[in-house]
Amino acid sequence: MLKPDYKSNIVLSETEYETVGKRVKRHDATDKVTGAANYSADVHPAGYIHGKILRSPHAHAIINKIDTSKALELPGVTAIVTSEDFPNLNGLAVDLGEGAMQNPMFLSNFCIAKDKVLFKGHAVAGVAATSKLIAEQALELIKVDYEVLKPVLRPEEAIKPNAPILHEKLVTIHSTTIRAGGVSADNLPKDQQTNIANKFEFGLGDIEIGFKEADIIVEKETKTEAVHQGYIEPQTSTVRWGADGYLTMWTSSQGHFAMRDLTAMLLGIPQSKIKSIQMEIGGGFGGKTIVYSEPIAAMLSKKSGGSPVKITLTRTEVFEGTGPTSATNVKVKLGAKFNGKITAVEAKLYYGSGAFPGSPVLPGARCMTAPYEIPNAHIEGYDICTNLPKSTAYRAPGSPTAAFAMEIAVDELAEQLGIEPLEFRAMNGSREGSRQATGPVFSKIGFLETLQAAKEHDHYKSKLEGSYRGRGIASGFWFNGSGPSSAIASVTADGTINLVEGSPDIGGSRTVVSMQLAEVLGIDSANIKPSIGDTDTIGFTSVTGGSGVAFKTGIACYEAGLDIKRQMIERAAKIWDVQTNEVEYENGELKHSSDSQLRMSFKELAGKLNATGGPIIGRATVSPGSPGNAFATHIVDVEVDPDTGKVTILRYTSIQDAGKAIHPTYVEGQMQGGVAQGIGWALNEEYFYNEEGAMMNASFLDYRMPTALDLPMLDTVIVEVSNPSHPYGVRGVGEVCIVPPLAALSNAIKQAIGVRLTQLPMNPIRVLEAIESTK
Amino acid sequence: MAIVWFNQEMRQATGYSGSATVEGTSIRAIVANLEKLHPGISEAILYEGDILPGLSVIIDGNVGSIGVLEKVGEDSEVHFLPALGGG
Repeated sequence: MLKPDYKSNIVLSETEYETVGKRVKRHDATDKVTGAANYSADVHPAGYIHGKILRSPHAHAIINKIDTSKALELPGVTAIVTSEDFPNLNGLAVDLGEGAMQNPMFLSNFCIAKDKVLFKGHAVAGVAATSKLIAEQALELIKVDYEVLKPVLRPEEAIKPNAPILHEKLVTIHSTTIRAGGVSADNLPKDQQTNIANKFEFGLGDIEIGFKEADIIVEKETKTEAVHQGYIEPQTSTVRWGADGYLTMWTSSQGHFAMRDLTAMLLGIPQSKIKSIQMEIGGGFGGKTIVYSEPIAAMLSKKSGGSPVKITLTRTEVFEGTGPTSATNVKVKLGAKFNGKITAVEAKLYYGSGAFPGSPVLPGARCMTAPYEIPNAHIEGYDICTNLPKSTAYRAPGSPTAAFAMEIAVDELAEQLGIEPLEFRAMNGSREGSRQATGPVFSKIGFLETLQAAKEHDHYKSKLEGSYRGRGIASGFWFNGSGPSSAIASVTADGTINLVEGSPDIGGSRTVVSMQLAEVLGIDSANIKPSIGDTDTIGFTSVTGGSGVAFKTGIACYEAGLDIKRQMIERAAKIWDVQTNEVEYENGELKHSSDSQLRMSFKELAGKLNATGGPIIGRATVSPGSPGNAFATHIVDVEVDPDTGKVTILRYTSIQDAGKAIHPTYVEGQMQGGVAQGIGWALNEEYFYNEEGAMMNASFLDYRMPTALDLPMLDTVIVEVSNPSHPYGVRGVGEVCIVPPLAALSNAIKQAIGVRLTQLPMNPIRVLEAIESTK
Repeated sequence: MAIVWFNQEMRQATGYSGSATVEGTSIRAIVANLEKLHPGISEAILYEGDILPGLSVIIDGNVGSIGVLEKVGEDSEVHFLPALGGG
């Protein structure tokens, strides 16, 4: 590891490469800054019409009747759809190859309500019309007869006896002997009805023994509210249902293959009938991994005679109708000996899934204790339905709120033991060979390296003085994901390469995967022109999620590069009339192993391809395992205003193991973005509901996300502990950065005011109440 | 022989907790041999011959990507845990 030279952004590198690791110009820079890039709202196919969605004003109600007759009479209205227009799908969960299960019935009912509305903003009907205004007028003419029911909004409330029940057929899953998806064929008797969709447990060792061995035990309970990913670009879906039965859809998504497959499933048609075209995306953070209005737009197009239908959500619809992350209630009990060794942990995680099962409680439970070697552990998780929009993935789904509870317990345990918090984490920190509470041992990981880098950082060494100021430390973990991916690279006669790959580019992936291709071939990454192919053009590629693209599509491009290299060597051998094993490829040049006269640059050979046997295309389809786990450690200094309760961030440093940072600027951007979102989650953001379950802050004016004006420069340290499963050592970087901020801020505020806040957001009201409690 | 750790559903399917030592050089062979030791356990692992949707195979700490086709070493440790997506 290089000697640290502490500046705002630091890279602690293990290995240097020609292109990988350099801060090259991004391929989409010009289009993005000039406004030439096309987003989903920029799609205007010939003859398109406008779609709008009627949404429920109630959080929980039975739909007795929907009368669309008046709306259909309005001139300009071309079609209206309700759930009656969609197939009835079963409740057997399916895996579409994205690593997250989908229950077709629940997903269909989420996209458009059937029989009941389960959250305010739930889609009830869709209208297509020749103008937006007519579509909006038509919405007002649709009469829905609701029988309003009492909603339940918090997970801990939803599991109480006599809580309002969302799904009368929901069965709690414990085992595979019950139908997958947790749905019974008929309504259950009232005494068997439940909002708990899943209850599971992980265990290691014996916690009774572990807690007996402990000299000090701390217990903490945390509560958090649902928060939204807050992507800038609202969803737009445009779909044309052609007369030949083939559909074309243009979407804003993190996975156009997923959009294709989910839409096909909900429409009851084969995947091959849909071509899904990926547009530029204005942020996703997990929230654009599933369909929302796409099936409605498709069915409206069909009923409108094949005219393309375009639906653009408003910001309020995005808040009320798309998935935020879960509201949670987490209980943790942690014991340690006086010598600082943690002996046992017990945790219960209650995650609200929103209206349909599928909260990220499983990953939360698997991540919660991962940073630490704990010999005795018991973790229970509960997936609980509530009358909120269905929760959807949000950066390291489930992990931040689990870490919030765990890391404040770790902090308090360290304090009671009189051990410095970084040291306490290092004493118990996971390393290669450490067994996780869920069973498996870790392969090569870099958690201890992040702690060491934190300890040596100028921020940590600096003194923080003054009243109402505090410093907090917290760590976090995320698994990282992978999946199938495809790449096709065509060599052009001028020595450049057209790269078509299948991963929607959210965080700069087209440049990052191009750099890996360039590294293999020893050419300038500027000579690679990347694009994201539609679902008819490129092989299946799983969603841009799980921090997996630099890994999986990077490997696909690496393999495609090797394919080109092999063919270029064969072609040079053919031209020179020598054996292929006599041709060497080095730094973008082909040369004979012994005859120094025989040499050609990549560009020279590219110019000869068509005349010597035809063009060369490198291709690869991969599904690599072992994406490499990610750890992060954060340090934050805060100042609390004792009069207003406002928390000001004085300094923030995030340290993260990136494996190998292919493009450090992008990695730093991911780290800073994750921290900014984590700060918002910790201090300001929440879905604020009234008692009827209506969101009261469904605009960016009232839903307060931090801006650059609220934050100081967020310092970063990239630690590189190479992932042995990737040719350049890549680990995913996009998610773990949002895990530590929640607890780091709580720990800092504790030091500043002497009170530990365990409920988010830690807004001025809660901070003032905490200060008052000390008087 | 490989060691297979039992997850919650495998424990419930067999009434047995802990782990089992099983012969086999692939996950497919491991599960077949596991079924002989603990009849019924494969229902907690397989669906129509493939790994259950939503389940992932972890061998020696590394998450596999090809299900029953994954190779297993002589002293490998095998876990079946929920597959994770991401954001």
